[in-house]
Amino acid sequence: MFDAIKRWFQGIAEDFTDNFITGDRWKWLLEGLKNTLIISLLAVLIGIVIGVIVASVRSTYDKNGEAMRLRGGFGFKVFSFFNWLCNVYLTVIRGTPMVVQLLIMYFIIFASSTNGLMVAVISFGINSGAYLAEIFRGGIMSVDGGQFEAGRALGFNYVQTMIYIVIPQMFKIVLPTLCNEFIALIKETAVAGYVGIRDLTKAGDEIRGRTFSAFMPLIAVALIYLGLVMLLTKLVSLLERRLRKNER
Amino acid sequence: MNADISDRPASGEEMIRVEGLKKHYIKRNGFGEIRALDGVDVTINKGEVVVIIGPSGSGKSTLLRSLNMLELPTEGRIWVDGEEITDRKADVNRLRHKMGMVFQHFNLFPHMTVLRNMTIAPMKLRKETQEEAEARAMKLLEKVGLKDRAGAYPNQLSGGQKQRVAIVRALCMQPDVMLFDEPTSALDPEMVGEVLEVMKDLARGGMTMACVTHEMGFAREVATRVIFIDGGRIIEEGTPDQMFNHPQSERLQSFLAKVL
Repeated sequence: MFDAIKRWFQGIAEDFTDNFITGDRWKWLLEGLKNTLIISLLAVLIGIVIGVIVASVRSTYDKNGEAMRLRGGFGFKVFSFFNWLCNVYLTVIRGTPMVVQLLIMYFIIFASSTNGLMVAVISFGINSGAYLAEIFRGGIMSVDGGQFEAGRALGFNYVQTMIYIVIPQMFKIVLPTLCNEFIALIKETAVAGYVGIRDLTKAGDEIRGRTFSAFMPLIAVALIYLGLVMLLTKLVSLLERRLRKNER
Repeated sequence: MNADISDRPASGEEMIRVEGLKKHYIKRNGFGEIRALDGVDVTINKGEVVVIIGPSGSGKSTLLRSLNMLELPTEGRIWVDGEEITDRKADVNRLRHKMGMVFQHFNLFPHMTVLRNMTIAPMKLRKETQEEAEARAMKLLEKVGLKDRAGAYPNQLSGGQKQRVAIVRALCMQPDVMLFDEPTSALDPEMVGEVLEVMKDLARGGMTMACVTHEMGFAREVATRVIFIDGGRIIEEGTPDQMFNHPQSERLQSFLAKVL
């Protein structure tokens, strides 16, 4: 009985050594984690930039389109075109699977590039931008219309009203949803292995392929993702509490 | 009572002039039009307190909101202090500096303190220093009895306090005319008085005012002129005495019979 337990522990220790220590395989995971973080962080930045621009165009069109149409002229036609372009972008990106977009980017659009990591960053950024754009737009539209009117009535122009009054309130409204999107993005980068990038998932899988034991590497990968997401959730909830405190 | 208000001479100098103002909406189902305003002409002179009354849906709020272009007129022209605000090339934002607006639902900025609510516009738009802007804001807050709430956030205030802050926020831009859009309609009854008191003070101080309200007592006491609107048109206008004691049109008579 005692022997059995001992043997079981020994088995685990051997398994652990085999999967992580031998040949410094833990370094694979580390490198994978590094790539996952690079892709996620840069993609979020790109996504936020795209998202803010697209959301601004779309919500400006919704809110201010009537005034612009009445003023008429060439500007409104150009603006309508951009609004249309944004709609096409949202439809295409949200209507096709992330993996397919990644493969198209890697094998067709950037076929001549050998830097898979950058292709992945761009693909994930463009993808995330579409979702963030709709989150931001939803936030902007759900700030009480009276806030916008009060800003305009004081004499602020459209952009000033957005920057000083609407967007700070929008940010607070969308924060939980934003956190959700970041979490989804981190986990979605797990498909980066499709284009030969050794991200966290791919690293775990390669260890499994080498050692023929699935349990240790895959559970380790899962735990690392879990840790990342929990850390992120914690940070966002701290931020949320700070923002709320401002009002009480 | 308050002879000092109704007897004060209007300067005769015009502040706002409206000619042939129309506002038509296409109905949401796409068939037919709603005529919120159907040809309104009105002039508000400097020093006047004009109270606009009428049944709900009559277009009185639309008229008020058109004055600073929160509603875009379908037709007609509006001049503010001699400049045409409806002109395509008009600098609407600059002209809005001359008009303070107070809303039914206060519309204070919830992410800023009371003081910041009041100073942000003067600082960003009139390039006042923080000291200047805060000094004026504190003086105004003191006048309406809210000096000790300068550091509070709007959520921490009662409805009446919010509306008083909203009034002084508009005053911080040193407007030439104040527009009130049903300023007491969203208040609990016991808070109506404190807001009306601030507005009466403002009127006594000589501020030009245009006010949409259901407070007939306020209209009677403070207005230099009362305008009755129904169906998007001005039906009758005159002094409070003429309007309330000797209404001419049938529609005004039946309206007053319901609200008084």
